[in-house]
Amino acid sequence: MQFMLLFSRQGKLRLQKWYVPLSDKEKKKITRELVQTVLARKPKMCSFLEWRDLKIVYKRYASLYFCCAIEDQDNELITLEIIHRYVELLDKYFGSVCELDIIFNFEKAYFILDEFLLGGEVQETSKKNVLKAIEQADLLQENSPSIVLNYCR
Amino acid sequence: MPAVSKGDGMRGLAVFISDIRNCKSKEAEIKRINKELANIRSKFKGDKALDGYSKKKYVCKLLFIFLLGHDIDFGHMEAVNLLSSNRYTEKQIGYLFISVLVNSNSELIRLINNAIKNDLASRNPTFMGLALHCIANVGSREMAEAFAGEIPKILVAGDTMDSVKQSAALCLLRLYRTSPDLVPMGDWTSRVVHLLNDQHLGVVTAATSLITTLAQKNPEEFKTSVSLAVSRLSRIVTSASTDLQDYTYYFVPAPWLSVKLLRLLQCYPPPDPAVRGRLTECLETILNKAQEPPKSKKVQHSNAKNAVLFEAISLIIHHDSEPNLLVRACNQLGQFLQHRETNLRYLALESMCTLASSEFSHEAVKTHIETVINALKTERDVSVRQRAVDLLYAMCDRSNAQQIVAEMLSYLETADYSIREEIVLKVAILAEKYAVDYTWYVDTILNLIRIAGDYVSEEVWYRVIQIVINRDDVQGYAAKTVFEALQAPACHENLVKVGGYILGEFGNLIAGDPRSSPLIQFNLLHSKFHLCSVPTRALLLSTYIKFVNLFPEVKTTIQDVLRSDSQLKNADVELQQRAVEYLRLSTVASTDILATVLEEMPPFPERESSILAKLKKKKGPSTVTDLEEAKRERSADVNGGPEPAPASAVSTPSPSADLLGLGAAPPAPAGPPPSSGGLLVDVFSDSPSAVAPLAPGSEDNFARFVCKNNGVLFENQLLQIGLKSEFRQNLGRMFIFYGNKTSTQFLNFTPTLICSDDLQTNLSLQTKPVDPTVDGGAQVQQVVNIECVSDFTEAPVLNIQFRYGGTFQNVSVKLPITLNKFFQPTEMASQDFFQRWKQLSSPQQEVQNIFKAKHPMDTEITKAKIIGFGSALLEDVDPNPANFVGAGIIHTKTTQIGCLLRLEPNLQAQMYRLTLRTSKETVSQRLCELLSEQF
Repeated sequence: MQFMLLFSRQGKLRLQKWYVPLSDKEKKKITRELVQTVLARKPKMCSFLEWRDLKIVYKRYASLYFCCAIEDQDNELITLEIIHRYVELLDKYFGSVCELDIIFNFEKAYFILDEFLLGGEVQETSKKNVLKAIEQADLLQENSPSIVLNYCR
Repeated sequence: MPAVSKGDGMRGLAVFISDIRNCKSKEAEIKRINKELANIRSKFKGDKALDGYSKKKYVCKLLFIFLLGHDIDFGHMEAVNLLSSNRYTEKQIGYLFISVLVNSNSELIRLINNAIKNDLASRNPTFMGLALHCIANVGSREMAEAFAGEIPKILVAGDTMDSVKQSAALCLLRLYRTSPDLVPMGDWTSRVVHLLNDQHLGVVTAATSLITTLAQKNPEEFKTSVSLAVSRLSRIVTSASTDLQDYTYYFVPAPWLSVKLLRLLQCYPPPDPAVRGRLTECLETILNKAQEPPKSKKVQHSNAKNAVLFEAISLIIHHDSEPNLLVRACNQLGQFLQHRETNLRYLALESMCTLASSEFSHEAVKTHIETVINALKTERDVSVRQRAVDLLYAMCDRSNAQQIVAEMLSYLETADYSIREEIVLKVAILAEKYAVDYTWYVDTILNLIRIAGDYVSEEVWYRVIQIVINRDDVQGYAAKTVFEALQAPACHENLVKVGGYILGEFGNLIAGDPRSSPLIQFNLLHSKFHLCSVPTRALLLSTYIKFVNLFPEVKTTIQDVLRSDSQLKNADVELQQRAVEYLRLSTVASTDILATVLEEMPPFPERESSILAKLKKKKGPSTVTDLEEAKRERSADVNGGPEPAPASAVSTPSPSADLLGLGAAPPAPAGPPPSSGGLLVDVFSDSPSAVAPLAPGSEDNFARFVCKNNGVLFENQLLQIGLKSEFRQNLGRMFIFYGNKTSTQFLNFTPTLICSDDLQTNLSLQTKPVDPTVDGGAQVQQVVNIECVSDFTEAPVLNIQFRYGGTFQNVSVKLPITLNKFFQPTEMASQDFFQRWKQLSSPQQEVQNIFKAKHPMDTEITKAKIIGFGSALLEDVDPNPANFVGAGIIHTKTTQIGCLLRLEPNLQAQMYRLTLRTSKETVSQRLCELLSEQF
C-alpha cells in the first residue's frame, strides 16, 4: 500500500498515512485530487478505480471515507477488508467510533494504525492482538484522570 | 453519546481542537492557530523548564496544526527530547511527531537515531516496538544506514518477542524498498525463510511480506520459501473455519496470509512435481470453495473469500501451465461477470483480460463475449465500462473482430469523454490488425472520424493513409468512400484531411464516373477549404497541385484559385508560399516534369503502427500486450500468415513521418510494396524477459557453418540444436532440429528468431511455431523459409526459452545465415576472369585482407572450403598455380552482384592474402570478412 487517507464527506482530511517518500507539496496535491475524485462518485459505483498508475480502493463509513492507494499487483478485495478491519479496531477501541473520536484522539488513531499496518503491509490481523498491544500501552500511562468530554453533539 | 478519551487525556489539546472546530471562518481558524503557535513558541523559549506532560501536550498541538495543513517550523527539538523520556506516553508522542514531520536536519537525525538505538537496546518490547515503527514510518536513507545491519539480528534472534519480530520484519521491508543497497543478504536470509513455519500467524504474515519483496529481487536466495509457502497455504485452506481462532475473518481462515502466500508464489515458476501436486490441490480447494454456499451473508465474508480466490487465479494465470485450472478460473470469472456486486464484476472483467492472453484460456474467455458487450451497454459505472472495453480488446481475434469493432463503434457514440480517445485508438488498432478485407478497414476508420472526429489523433489518420497507399487493392474503394463521405454538409476536419490526401493520390481512380468527375471532386474539396485550419488548407493546396497533374482539364480552374488574392497574399507564410510555388510549378513545368514531381507517393516502409505506440504510451506496455504478442513471444511465428496485417510487422517504434511533407518523400524500400511484411519481430525490445546473451562458443560454431550447411550448431547438457539447410539463388530453407537430451519434458518451449531492424529489411525469414512441449529424448523440427532481399552483414539470433524441471532456460545462438549462402558459382575462362577483374578495379569495389593462417595450409582443404563458400573454383586461371581464384554471383531479390575472389597463400610466412572484387562495396567487405575466418 502506498498511502491511506481518511476524509469526511465535506472533504476534510482526518488522517493521512504515507508509506512512500513524497514531498509535502505532492502529498497535498494528491490529497486534493483524490478527495475530489472519490467524493464525485455515486454511492452504487464500484469501490475501485484506476488513478495514475495506482489502484484506489475506497469505502465510506457513515460520514468518513477511507481511501487506500495500492499498486498494480495488489489485491483490491483484501484491501477493502483492511479498511474494514481498521474500522473494527477503531470501533472496538473507542466503542462505537464516530468521526469526532478520530478528530479529538487523532494520535490514538495513528497508534492503532501502526499496530495494524506497518510500512504499508499488514502486520497483525488478529483484532485481539492489536487491541492488546494498544491497551497495554494505555496501562503504561500514568494515572492521570481520564476525562469525559461532551463533544459528540 | 459521550466519547471516552482513554488513557491520559490532554485537556488543553481537546480544548484547542474544540476551539478550531468552532471557528466560523478560515480566517478565524488561522488567527486561533497563530495565537496557539505564539503561545507554544513562548513556552518552549521560556526560562521555566517544561515538564514532560506540557511538552507532550504542546508537541501534540503542533502535530494537530500540521495535520490541518499548516507549516510547522519548530518543536522538533522538544519532540526529540520526548524520545528519551521514560514515560511511555511521552515517548510515543515524540515518535509520532518525528514520524509525521520528518526533518532532514542532520544534527536532529543523529539525536533521533541515538534515541532509537537506546530503545532498540532496551529489551523492553513496547519501547522496541515504538522505535521500529518510527524507522518503518520514516524509512529514510540515514536510518537505513544506521539500522539496516541491526534489524535482521533482532528479527532472527531466538528470544525476540513475536510482536517485535513482526515490526522488525516490516521495518526491514520498508528499508529494503527505499535503500536496497544498504540491506545486504546474509546468514539471516535462510532463517527468515523459516519464519514461514512460525507458530504465530502474525509473525508469518509479516515475514511473508518481507520475503515476497526480497524474493522478487533475489529469487535464488529465497527459493526454498516455495515449498514452505505451499505447505503453509495447504494447512490454511484445509483448516476448519474455527481452527485459526482470531486469524479467521468472517469464517475465512487467514485471508490476508493466504493472499500473501499466493503472491509470494507468483515470484516463481511452477514448483517441482511433488510440491506442484500439493499446490494444485490447494488451488482446486480454493476454486471448490467458491462454489460452496456462503457461510455468512456479510459482505466481509464474500470479500475475504474472493480476495483469496482472485489471488489464486492470478497465480494460475502466472503459471499458465495447467489448462484445466485456467479453464476453471475462466468459468468462475464468467459467473462473476453477472454477479450483483459491482466490485466483483469489475474484478472479473479485469482478471479475464489477463486470461485472454493465455492460449489455454483464450477460447474460453471468448465464450463470454455477449456478457461483456452487455456490460458495455448497461453498466452504470464508467470504470466498469472501461474494464469491459479493455476485455473486448484483449479477447479480440480474427473470428470476432467485426463484431467487437462494431460494438465499440456503437458504444463510442455515447461513451464518456474521458475514455473516448482510448477507444478510438483501440478500434483503429483492431480494425487494422484483423482486417481481412481492407474495405472494411477503410469504412471503420471513416466511421471513427464521423462518430468521434475530435478524438481521432493524427496517428490514426496518418495510419489509414499509409495503409491505403501501401495496398493498391483498396485505393479505388477508398477514393470512392471518402468522396461519398465528403458529401455530408458538415464533416469533421479530419475527414477533409484524409479525403484531400486520398483524392490527391487516387482521385483518378473514380474520375471516370461522371458523378465524381475531376471538377466535381475539386469543387467538393474546395467547398470545405475555407472552414478548415491552416494545416488542413496547406494539405488541400498540395491536393490541388496533384490534381493539376492527374487531371489536365481542371488545371486552369486550379490555377485561378491559386492565383486569387486569398491564396497568393495569404497572411500565413506557409499557405502563401505553397500557393506561389504551386502556381509557378503548374505554369513552367512540362507535363513530364509535373508527372515526375507529382508522382504517386511511394509505399511507406513498414513499421510498428504508430497508433499502437501511442496506446502503449498511454497505458503502459503491459496492458497492450495481447494474445498475438504473447504467442509471438512463445514461438518463432514471425507474422508469416498469408494475409499479414501491416500492424503485425513490428519493429522499433518510430515517430510517424510527416505525411504532409511534399518535398521530402518518405524513404521507400526498393522493390514492390513490402506487403509481405518486414519479418522478424523484435518483441523483446521493451520486454523485461530479455534474451540471453550469446552462448559461449557461438561465434566459433557460427564460423564453422560459413562453408557448410549441415551439422550441430549448439549443444549443452539439456539441448542439442542441429541444422540442415539448402539455398538456391536468393531463397533458402533451413531445418532446425531441437533435441531434448534429458528424460524430462521441456515446457513452454519457444524458439524465437531475432533480427535487428537493419537486418529485417534485407533478410526475410518466415517460420511456424513449434509445439511448446518437447518430451524427454524427443526431437522437434522447425522450418525457416529464407529470402535474401538485399545484401546484409549481421546474422539473425536464435533465442530459445523453455522450462526444464521448474527452472527457466534461456539460450541464444547466432544462426548461420550468411551472405555467401546466396552464391551461385560461375565458371569462366582465364581471359574472362581477368577482363572482369580489371573492370572491378575501383577502390570501393576491392577489399583485401592479409592474415595469418589459423589452420594447416592444405591445398585440398582450401579448395573444398572455397567451393563450400559457394563460388566456383576456377582452375588454370591464375598464372601462379599456388593461388586460388573463384567467381560467382550473389543473388538477392533486388539485384545480382557478381563476385570475384583470389586467395594467395604464402607458405613460408604462414600467411594468406585474400582479395575480393565485387560491384558493391558492402558485399566485398562482408565476403572478405566471412572467408578470412576460414583458413
